[in-house]
Amino acid sequence: MENARRTGRILTAARAGLIGCAGCGRVHDRPLSHCLRCGRPLHARKPHSLQRVWAWMIAGLITYIPANVYPMLITRNFGKEYENTIVGGVIELMNHGSYGVALIVFFASIVIPIGKFIAIAYLALSVQSAVVIRGHGRQRLYEVVEFIGRWSMIDVFVVAILAALVQFDFAATINPGIAAISFALSVAFTMLSAQSFDPKSIWDAYEADDT
Amino acid sequence: MEALAPPQPDHATRDPRGLIACPTCDALHRDMSVAAGARARCTRCGTVLMAPRAGAMTQIVMLAATSAGLMVAAGFFPLPRPFAPGITTHSSLFDAVLAFSSGVLLPLSFATAALIVALPLLRLLAIVYTLAPMALGWRPAPGAVAAFRLAQGLKPWAMAEIFIVGVVVALVKVAGLVTVTLGPAFWAFVALVAVTTLKDTVMCELTIWKTLEERAAS
Repeated sequence: MENARRTGRILTAARAGLIGCAGCGRVHDRPLSHCLRCGRPLHARKPHSLQRVWAWMIAGLITYIPANVYPMLITRNFGKEYENTIVGGVIELMNHGSYGVALIVFFASIVIPIGKFIAIAYLALSVQSAVVIRGHGRQRLYEVVEFIGRWSMIDVFVVAILAALVQFDFAATINPGIAAISFALSVAFTMLSAQSFDPKSIWDAYEADDT
Repeated sequence: MEALAPPQPDHATRDPRGLIACPTCDALHRDMSVAAGARARCTRCGTVLMAPRAGAMTQIVMLAATSAGLMVAAGFFPLPRPFAPGITTHSSLFDAVLAFSSGVLLPLSFATAALIVALPLLRLLAIVYTLAPMALGWRPAPGAVAAFRLAQGLKPWAMAEIFIVGVVVALVKVAGLVTVTLGPAFWAFVALVAVTTLKDTVMCELTIWKTLEERAAS
């Protein structure tokens, strides 16, 4: 655990000619379509993992562009119409003086999505190239990406709640903009991208190294 | 905390049933019973493989049932309610969900409903369905394996706890416009998040899979 060099002596299911289930850890001695214990489709490694990672990530990137360009919130107040993009919403919160909440939204809607694109791309590239970078660090990065990605949905929920809460009669209304849908899609696509990544491939680099 | 021993190379090819492959990094370990309260970690990547607890099944069923009850409460109680002259109050959870119900944004309405209500509830029901017979010491219910696989797959898509943070952010945003008090639904949701987190900590998936397999065979 603390000594990365020890990993050379570890036997994996794949090298022993066995197939380990990624859902429940059951080991199978022959190729089967589904795991005998949990019934999940059984593969030694996720098939076409990197292709799927890149495909979902590109979809996520494409939908992330309109999410930032178009308005997230459309506020009508006494006949005047204000449109707020994601960044605009953060700036408005800061002008209100709510720095803590501005920081939460800034992280959830801007730092996490962009960080996630970079992290997944780095993981996918590190697996594709033969360079062996420390497995534990990359494994930790993968866990963080998997854990934190869903939190980007905050802004979509905020828009939903605001639109439900504030329905002033004629005086003011808040309506969700088209960016809400593209942002939600972008988050979902990047979550699928992260789920398509096979963490076992991080460690396979070590196997290739010492066999 | 203990680490499972790696198998001898010749042992591996003989009996795959005595082995566990780490679901994260594929390293083989000898499968052995882990004492209640102890944790078995993968020797290579450090992922917790097994962390059984005494009476965990009963605890999980109780916690999941509590979560489901709170979920229903959260749906029907009013959400944080804004007070200002001339406001029509749209304030239950379902109103928040229906906020996107106009035109192009309609699909988003369904997605929001799924992420904050339908999927978390489905996941809880699947967990109760799988584990309730096990907690009572019965044979697994028909389809229990499929139900628990569903619960495992739904985990990242059940976003009730993220919704809570969304409520807080939304409240801060409207604080300048209207006065807002927190309704019982908000507190039901806070309790829901706490109970769900506790349940996920107690639940050891590998142990449950092994128990399911053993009980089905007996």
